[in-house]
Amino acid sequence: MSVSRRLGPLPVHVAIVALVLLWTIPTLATIVNSFRPPIAIASSGWWTALVPPFNFTIDNYQRVLTTNNMGPSFLNSLTITIPATLVPIAVAAFAAYAFAWMSFPFRNTLFLFLVGLLVVPLQITLVPVLQVYTSLGLNGTFPAIWLAHTGYGLPFAIYLLRNFFGALPKELFEASALDGAGTLTTFFRLVLPLSVPALASLAIFQFLWVWNDLLVALIYLGGTQDVAPMTVTMSGLVNSLGQDWQRLTAAAFISAFLPLVVFIGLQRYFTSGILAGSVKG
Amino acid sequence: MERLPQVAAAIALPIAALLGYIFVAEWLIGFTPQKVRMRLRPWIWVGPALAFVGFFLVAPSIETFVLSLENATSTSFVGIDNYVTIATDPTVHIALRNNVLWIVLFTGLVLLAGLIIALLADRVPYEGPAKSLVFLPQAISFTAAGTIWKFIYAYQPPGIEQTGTLNAVVTAFGGEPQPWLTLAPGNNIALIMVAVWGWAGFATVILSAALKGIPVELHEAARVDGANEVTVFRRITLPLLMPTITVVATTLVIFALKAFDIVYVMTNGAFDTDVIALRQYKEAFSAHNIGRASAIAILLLAAIVPVLLFNIRRFRAQEAIR
Repeated sequence: MSVSRRLGPLPVHVAIVALVLLWTIPTLATIVNSFRPPIAIASSGWWTALVPPFNFTIDNYQRVLTTNNMGPSFLNSLTITIPATLVPIAVAAFAAYAFAWMSFPFRNTLFLFLVGLLVVPLQITLVPVLQVYTSLGLNGTFPAIWLAHTGYGLPFAIYLLRNFFGALPKELFEASALDGAGTLTTFFRLVLPLSVPALASLAIFQFLWVWNDLLVALIYLGGTQDVAPMTVTMSGLVNSLGQDWQRLTAAAFISAFLPLVVFIGLQRYFTSGILAGSVKG
Repeated sequence: MERLPQVAAAIALPIAALLGYIFVAEWLIGFTPQKVRMRLRPWIWVGPALAFVGFFLVAPSIETFVLSLENATSTSFVGIDNYVTIATDPTVHIALRNNVLWIVLFTGLVLLAGLIIALLADRVPYEGPAKSLVFLPQAISFTAAGTIWKFIYAYQPPGIEQTGTLNAVVTAFGGEPQPWLTLAPGNNIALIMVAVWGWAGFATVILSAALKGIPVELHEAARVDGANEVTVFRRITLPLLMPTITVVATTLVIFALKAFDIVYVMTNGAFDTDVIALRQYKEAFSAHNIGRASAIAILLLAAIVPVLLFNIRRFRAQEAIR
């Protein structure tokens, strides 16, 4: 309190409110524009729509959802994202359990290697993986992108979960072993239920990362419209809409809607995950 | 709606397969003697992960290095020719310069914005909502963010009503409207600002948490000794935040090196805004020059190696404390 009194609260309030506005206006402008007729968007700024006479319409949404493929792409994004979130978490949880609570040769070396892989740019893998996919006929299919996202997401997922699993108290595992619980029971009945916060934050990370990914989908789905997620469809619309590019506002908001809901609803877990992943001492 | 069964199967099948794998494998090693079982068990649990990482990260990286020493169609060995070509290619030079701009400005501005917002938000009662609003763009894809910002940067010739938010503000203050996305080299900064907008919340959240970890007594003791706010910040807050700032900075540098989506969507590299990741994409998938694309990918990896080594060292230090 003494701080704010000495600084005088007003400049602090003005500064923080101005910054928050600066960060909110782009999103707000897009939402407002998405409900305006294209002609209005092209001839006047979004702020002019905030005063009467109001001239709002849902035409942009109807058009992008039906004629511009955003509807099917929404389902494609879901079909891609849900397995590409669950599978890497399951695979990573198995591995993290072993890294945290089993001893085996090269355990530390392998884990250090994974820490190194955390920053390897996935660009370096695109061409060789694509070549394998092409020879297997996997190109442009959902499994292709599920598997790829699993591979790319694993280093971070294992890193986060291993740190969390490793911090569980040792006594729990000793007690569990004394009770005669096997490896599977300990994992499913003890480790997983206790790790719900870590699993939840990882799920949000992976969900956002896959949902918002453009590059991986662009390469392995090869621009096939039947399987294209919203990011790919939207980047195509940027070029193909031409004069109708105002409709992109609706497309942008449709694609951002679900992650925003997930994010606002589960922000607590997301924040704790970020903190565990980056400042854990 | 007819897609729902497909989506449901897509979710159920991989999970069933993984659960099936772990139960069957554990059941199978149950038939082996205790000693063998203890040896086999860890590999059963890490096995799938190692297979995925090996197939999608390790093997392709090695393969890319091999491809970088071959010609455009990977039919003959050309030694370091591709590296020589990219070292003398002016488009690569522009991309490299832009990546340096990205690293410096993006990292610097995100840290600055994050620090300022974290410090200011700490002093107001509506800290939570304020930070949430700044954090929100993190959930939006850069494909969508690119679209959103096209409307901020929209340009109409002078004299016509401006539809872009930025040009409307500029003309309201009596300035000339600018074509922000086509005017080099400032257009790079315009693109970088989109990324800063997207990532500032990330820095804010982490720095804010670190800020709250600093004992209040330290600040108060300094003030009792007569230090003013600026001195307290420079001598106490900033040094104590430094380890956290370094960690955030490494994440940001990596992102800046790999920047792709924003440039792809907003300018596609035109008007001198190309970056390394986009250059690699175009060489591989438009020009179909696999050798050159691979050499650029290796260049990208080489640029990341220092960060990689730094991370490993930091991790080792952490493990030593545990």
